Amino acid sequence: MTAETRALGRLLLGPAVALLFVWMIVPLAMTIYFSTLHYNLLNPGMEQFVGLENYIYFLTDPAFLASLYNTLVLVGSVLVLTIVLGTLIALLLDQVVVGRSIVRLMVIAPFFVMPTVSALVWKNLLMHPVSGLFAWIATSLGLTPIDWFANAPLVAIILIVAWQWLPFATLILLTALQSLDEEQREAAEMDGAGPFSSFLYVTLPHLARPITVVILIETIFLLTVFAEIFVTTGGGPGLATTNIAFLIYAQALIQYDVGSASAGGMVAVVIANIVAFFLVRIVGRNLEA
Amino acid sequence: MARRVSPARICVSTAAAWLVGFAIFFPILWMVLASFKTELEAFSTPPSFLFFHWTLENYATVQQRSDYLQHAFNSVVVAGGSTLIAMLIAIPAAWSMAFAPSKRTKDTLLWMLSTKMMPPVGVLVPIYLLYRTFGLLDTLGGLVLVLCLGNLPIVVWMLFTYFKEIPKDILEAARMDGATVGRELIYVLTPMAVPGIASTLLLNVILAWNEAFWTLNLSSSEAAPLTVFIASYSSPEGLFWARLSAASTLAIAPILVLGWFSQRQLVRGLTFGAVK
Amino acid sequence: MGRITLQGVRKAFGSHTVIHGADLDIADGSFVVFVGPSGCGKTTLLRLIAGLEDVTDGRILIDGSNVVGVAAAKRGLSMVFQSYALYPHMSVRGNIGFGLKMAGVARPEINRKVEAAAATLNLTPYLDRKPRELSGGQRQRVAIGRAIVREPKAFLFDEPLSNLDAALRVQMRLEITTLQKQLATTAIYVTHDQVEAMTMADRIVVLNAGRIEQFGSPLELYDRPDNLFVAGFIGSPRMNFIGKEMAKRYGAPTIGIRPEHLRAARDGEGWQGVVSVAEHLGSDTFLHVDVPEIGRLTARSVGELGLTTGDRVRLSPDPARIHRFDADGRAIRS
Repeated sequence: MTAETRALGRLLLGPAVALLFVWMIVPLAMTIYFSTLHYNLLNPGMEQFVGLENYIYFLTDPAFLASLYNTLVLVGSVLVLTIVLGTLIALLLDQVVVGRSIVRLMVIAPFFVMPTVSALVWKNLLMHPVSGLFAWIATSLGLTPIDWFANAPLVAIILIVAWQWLPFATLILLTALQSLDEEQREAAEMDGAGPFSSFLYVTLPHLARPITVVILIETIFLLTVFAEIFVTTGGGPGLATTNIAFLIYAQALIQYDVGSASAGGMVAVVIANIVAFFLVRIVGRNLEA
Repeated sequence: MARRVSPARICVSTAAAWLVGFAIFFPILWMVLASFKTELEAFSTPPSFLFFHWTLENYATVQQRSDYLQHAFNSVVVAGGSTLIAMLIAIPAAWSMAFAPSKRTKDTLLWMLSTKMMPPVGVLVPIYLLYRTFGLLDTLGGLVLVLCLGNLPIVVWMLFTYFKEIPKDILEAARMDGATVGRELIYVLTPMAVPGIASTLLLNVILAWNEAFWTLNLSSSEAAPLTVFIASYSSPEGLFWARLSAASTLAIAPILVLGWFSQRQLVRGLTFGAVK
Repeated sequence: MGRITLQGVRKAFGSHTVIHGADLDIADGSFVVFVGPSGCGKTTLLRLIAGLEDVTDGRILIDGSNVVGVAAAKRGLSMVFQSYALYPHMSVRGNIGFGLKMAGVARPEINRKVEAAAATLNLTPYLDRKPRELSGGQRQRVAIGRAIVREPKAFLFDEPLSNLDAALRVQMRLEITTLQKQLATTAIYVTHDQVEAMTMADRIVVLNAGRIEQFGSPLELYDRPDNLFVAGFIGSPRMNFIGKEMAKRYGAPTIGIRPEHLRAARDGEGWQGVVSVAEHLGSDTFLHVDVPEIGRLTARSVGELGLTTGDRVRLSPDPARIHRFDADGRAIRS
């Protein structure tokens, strides 16, 4: 590479780096600054420096613990559901299936549905306690229909979000499965491995990395699930479905409490960064190869 | 793939796969069916599956409401605009990182990735306030800007992984053939990268079309894209299921088709090349 | 015209120096091969001449004018890459004509030249195919066509045959040499294969760890290697090196004797040893012989001697063909 090429490279990379830098640093600095202020949009001009008070307030707020719990339950459940089901479906689709490409299309479709649509369709057409399809199925089987959003709101949200993310997990695991060397599987067969031990000792280790990637990427997105809660429960009943993202939104744009919403924002950034740290390391290692 | 599989096994796996596929697809199918029902039938118990009075009236109603078209137009502008601008910034950047890498290139890439990791709620307050100050709330320009910057890391990454697959030799051959950098980009790199550029474009249109954090928080009526418009059906008085279904079907249909075309690139785009 | 002169050319990537001051004068029309083990800097040296890398120090002259700082596109050289680097989206015609198109040559002129080049290379029936529809050998020819059609001052070849199978390699080797003689254009050819170097070159540059070890004709390198490295690198099987007591008898710390200059016989004069492995090629036999106090020696005999593992054998060196080296590995010339 010549000096000319190198200089041109720097010139062309410049705008992207500069824009992203501004986009990341300016708001983040403002969030940090606001988080140390007593600042409510309803009382403009009354801002004053309060140090870490907002953090203390946010972290000791019972709503924070509730929303942290909800966030963890939501993220954890969706991860388990999508990865277990995703692995099974990927294994199934990796078999000889007539019309596999059509099945594939059906399986990945939910990923392309905008979150507001999937939330409303599930809430109304499927989970409605009287007219929803699930209610009809329960009644037909002689069971009492569940009023999902009254009695099990968090479960309902988990189901919706899991349905949206199942295609992602399936698609990535399927891609990984298909890159598994056929010869490796045949070698295992020659070594006398049955289908089960072949899965355990050949397939599963091969899937370890893609599963890690799925966990990390889904976690990043699931930590900030918002639209599904916004259009179905609005965080309720009570705090039953309020996650951290929704709590911050509520404090900022409903209660106009900029200071403590900013403190909450920083908490979210820190949590996401812990996850991101591991993801960046995995991707970085891959970049070497 | 030369291994033999017994017909019985093919039957079982095919049946199971179709069953699972159908189950996952069902909510979408159910919505599409509901969009052809009358409001009454959409609510009815027991539900009618296929034998109902098929009608297009919901689509007509949705189309007649001029605001639907307005929101659809907003979606097109926001998704298309943010993607195109991101591409214009990202193509030179990706060229630079793929073909003129420096010692810092890897760190730059990972840093870009980490900006995507930042949760949007973390910067909701300042962005909201900045938008309010500069009059960008509920404007198309504001949404284009925020989605463009939000997706820029993904665009750069995807293009980078595609460019990276183009052998450097070929660009050097063009240089030896007397091509300047500009002509090298036009005659050699771009034609070779067309598939990659196209799928990057596609995936980002999809992501921007479905984005529902910034659009819900930064727009309400004037600039609201379809995500926000559909959300308005969540209010109790907006519970027209058939109409909701029709509007939803229209909102997701184009993107579903695009998504089906780009499904293979999806993996690469969403895992930042960590899974191929 | 295509005389290429290197004066004190040095190349460093960061603190790592890859080329330590190369001086070279390549005459117009000659076929020069850069040969050396992988990582010796031969490809880097070629890329410096091409202009695909900047020199850290020194001058590169093409026909007397310094091209340091001149872009690759403007040096008037053409290059054949190891991977061929054909443009996958262009037809064979487009590939060969691309350089002319970039130079702004008129369409009919391009067509005429491309067709002439294609005829020379037996590519005429494939002109409208895409590179992916061609075999390895045909792709190779397209890459060569792309290089010759521009009538450059010199051709640069970067291990162009390493992706071909053995038979095709021998054939293309011959074709490239013939073509170069026909065109009488300077050629610089990089390879790690000393057989290619010996068969194709007018003159060979042996590189090792970023230094030019010797520059000379193939037979000069074979008959009078300047140092241990060149002696060991050129020739197959490798030259035998003998040190210690035995070398002292010849008045040098190290002596070298090529396998073909070591006569093997069942009895008579010479060093006595035991055959460890005998490789029978039909025309030749390679004997790997363990000689007490010297070590393992390789001898090459014409024809079949009927010796196998375990047989006793006598090896006698041709005294005129013994190479002597000093303590620094440099050849001692008497």
